[in-house]
Amino acid sequence: MATVEVTFTPLPAHVRTARLVATAVARRSGVDESLLDEVRLAVGEACSRAVEAHQKHCPGQPIRVALTDDGERFEVVVTDAVPAEAAQLHGVVTVAAPVGGNGTASGAVPASGAVSGAGTGMNGAIMQLPAGVGLAVISGLADDFRISPAGDGTSVAMSWKRRADPA
Amino acid sequence: MDLKLGHYNKDGIEVVDVEGEIDVYTAPRLRELLIDLVNKKNYQLVVNMEKVEFLDSTGLGVLVGGLKRVRAHDGSLDLVCTQERILKIFRITGLTKVFGIHDSVDEAITARKAEK
Repeated sequence: MATVEVTFTPLPAHVRTARLVATAVARRSGVDESLLDEVRLAVGEACSRAVEAHQKHCPGQPIRVALTDDGERFEVVVTDAVPAEAAQLHGVVTVAAPVGGNGTASGAVPASGAVSGAGTGMNGAIMQLPAGVGLAVISGLADDFRISPAGDGTSVAMSWKRRADPA
Repeated sequence: MDLKLGHYNKDGIEVVDVEGEIDVYTAPRLRELLIDLVNKKNYQLVVNMEKVEFLDSTGLGVLVGGLKRVRAHDGSLDLVCTQERILKIFRITGLTKVFGIHDSVDEAITARKAEK
């Protein structure tokens, strides 16, 4: 069971709330202070991707964020309800198999050179970067990073090692 | 914290002051400001990010979009940023090679003038 779960309607305004909750739970779980900015950014990227996908494909469905402290690692899983074929439009290239962590995610656009395509392959009015950059950023931030099917949608899981016992 | 935006002209270059968080919720406001400035023929821009507390890939997308617009008019978009936590996302995405990133507004303006 997750330590904390957050469910929110797919509105951009709620992404900040998810970030704040994730950062607070990470701090409480003993994640090193120096990593909290990475947790905040990675969770924001995953939630932003999910919100964008939900708004296009299933605006009535909620997005789930599960935050788990298992004593060794702090894990965040962001689960959307977007069908796999539609998810490919939002940077998820392969959803069948878990992908390696620490920048080796085969399911996302590789971080290196990810932005060399900036200016091409635009996706919408706001996003001026190739789809998948958000996932590439997560892969560069988290100790471990996996994309996998979850029900009708996709889950993006990221985790960090705990550095200290919680207060 | 919400996003606060302001802008002023200095030595012929439009400086955009950004304060707060740039994310999927607030980035459209920055995008609209950059588009508005370009539409008013401001093609030399400096975006001061010294008071930015959070920036994600949506915000990066807006900056890249602004850069594209000014470059279409042979203009420039330079950044002012010294915060490591903000610079990190530029490094991860390789955008440090795309933007001129400076330590101060004065330095950015001086560097831009020197290139002319």
